Amino acid sequence: MRESQVKRTPSEPLLQRIVKILLDRREASLVILLAIMLVPIVARSPQFLSLDNINRILNDISILSIVAIGEFFVILSNGIDLTVGSIIAFSGMASGMLNEAYPNVPVVLILLLGIGIGAAMGSLNGLLVAYGKIPPIITTLGTMSIYRGMTFVLSKGTWVTAHEMTTTFIGFPRRTFLGISALIWMAVIVIALTYYFSRHTRPGREIYAIGGNATAAKFVGVNEKRTRFMVFVISGTLFGFAGSLWTARYASAVNEMATGFEMQAVAACVLGGVNFAGGAGAIPGVVLGALFLGVLNNALPVVYLSTFYQTLVQGMVVLLALIINTVVDQRKTRKLLAQRRAR
Amino acid sequence: MAEQRDLVAKTRLIEERGWRHSLTELLTKWEVLLGIIFVLMVVFFSNLSPYFLDYFNLMNATFQFSEKAIMALPMIYIIMCGDIDISIASIIALSAYAIGTASAAGVGTVGLFAIGLAVGTAAGLINGLLITGFNMPAIAVTLATQSIYRGIAQAALEERAMTSYPKGFGFFGQDFIGQTVIPFELVLYLVLAIVMGFILHKSAYGRRLYAIGSAPEAARFSGIKVKQVRIINYTLMGLFSGLAGILLTSRILSARSNIATSWDLEVITLVVLGGVSINGGKGTMYGVVIASFLVGYLKFGMGLLKLSGTIMTIVIGTLLIIAVLLPRLLDTYKNNRKLRRQQAEAALQATKA
Repeated sequence: MRESQVKRTPSEPLLQRIVKILLDRREASLVILLAIMLVPIVARSPQFLSLDNINRILNDISILSIVAIGEFFVILSNGIDLTVGSIIAFSGMASGMLNEAYPNVPVVLILLLGIGIGAAMGSLNGLLVAYGKIPPIITTLGTMSIYRGMTFVLSKGTWVTAHEMTTTFIGFPRRTFLGISALIWMAVIVIALTYYFSRHTRPGREIYAIGGNATAAKFVGVNEKRTRFMVFVISGTLFGFAGSLWTARYASAVNEMATGFEMQAVAACVLGGVNFAGGAGAIPGVVLGALFLGVLNNALPVVYLSTFYQTLVQGMVVLLALIINTVVDQRKTRKLLAQRRAR
Repeated sequence: MAEQRDLVAKTRLIEERGWRHSLTELLTKWEVLLGIIFVLMVVFFSNLSPYFLDYFNLMNATFQFSEKAIMALPMIYIIMCGDIDISIASIIALSAYAIGTASAAGVGTVGLFAIGLAVGTAAGLINGLLITGFNMPAIAVTLATQSIYRGIAQAALEERAMTSYPKGFGFFGQDFIGQTVIPFELVLYLVLAIVMGFILHKSAYGRRLYAIGSAPEAARFSGIKVKQVRIINYTLMGLFSGLAGILLTSRILSARSNIATSWDLEVITLVVLGGVSINGGKGTMYGVVIASFLVGYLKFGMGLLKLSGTIMTIVIGTLLIIAVLLPRLLDTYKNNRKLRRQQAEAALQATKA
């Protein structure tokens, strides 16, 4: 199908070809949208594109992109994971308490604790979804309250504040390497690994297959249960990792931390063109979606809107992106059908 | 052939152990199980706390869950069709904001009531039109409108709370029927539950809901206007959320932008716990009503025992998972037994022949 398209294009005018490529690549249209949005912002405040501010925005979206990537894999397999905030809270609280109780434990071990907790909680989700055959939305709706409740049980209702944690732990996200903060490096590593995983490994491609058409995937030998289980382990692991980072970055661990963060993660995926029916989407899109949200939040004060407008503007942007994605998708499907009929 | 064998096995089964079979059938019905759990819970709490089985307390406790139970009614319709709506808590915030603003401008009680309903209905209608008009996934659309509806209230109210209301407005959410201790909210809920239950189980519209939920394509080909039904569902959901907004504002006489946060998930929990399949096409009104009272009184009872809200969220989350897991396990168990019986039957016939 793709080859025939490529062959036919040279006869068309250049501009039309460019438009076509842009419509074909979700990421390209997102970049253009981002650029259009930046014009009035930069016109009003040129410092917006200063290195300092870019650095701030990237720091702000690091945790969001890690979490959004986790959510991406679940949505890709035609599921949804609502436990984002709860796993972040539990792993963040555990990290903070470990640091408070044993200040000598190195940061790496704290991060590993967060990752381990996330993997365990994600495994439970995966078990219930893949082997208990409970729909993902119900499973994670249930475990979301359970994990949040466990956070309260763990902390006994108290919280960990900045002066109860060591400066090495709180300071580590701001430690720089090659002029870039550790937090951003963490996000970059996660992005690179998951990009490679989703594009070039067999399990990664199997997630696309299951999300696109589970029955067909099963017939070509994809283990559906294992894939669905794996997806939740990946998302849980990333959420757990994000939890440890969250506590270190915001220098506090409270029981209500990251409440409703799942909506941000899903919004980044929607903006990045991830299809809710499963099987379509890519890591670069998701990262761009997170970047889009980050720029939006940072830009509000520049255009004299109070932060109280954040939710409203975000909702409208997500809705707009959703409508554009759907219309473009439907047009593409129609065109494909017409082509098939013509032959 | 297979059907015949199935029939043989079934009659055999009923002949052999008729009463035991029908008993297991009855016990594996979700509504019956819920009822049993409810009774067990009442026995449990009344043994542990002398204040549980107090008529006044039991009535008073319904204030805490009537609004959510009311919202669960149209949510049944939505989930029955395989849809979902996670914007309902934000619709409450929006209607509460509208009521508060109108009240500050001097609108009377009746006017406030109308405004609350109108705002909710409009928000629900917008959801329905967006979802069916562009053919977009319900969860993604209502995720976006969730932010938009609450965002409007947030942008307008910021940190403020609207707290001035006309004198009679407190009636809806605070008062009792006549001289009794029966809350108005509870009576309203029961009346609405009967009406919505009647529509679900006894009307053509209700049958259409089941049809759409079990096979949307087949429903469309058999002449059901699927889009129209879904739009009506979302509009109803908006109307009821507006009503819940009125009741809640009237009860606490204050409107903030963070009002009713996360109620959408609690309402969905009630519906699923009540036995409505999240994939659509299965469920009853009785189940959801029992589930609403079960969760409501569970919270009340645990509060009496001075258990923290934390334990409650864990218990309710676990209950939700068990509610979905248990029928599936029972189904597998039943199927396995049936299979073994059929195999035995086949072997028997083979030896005879």
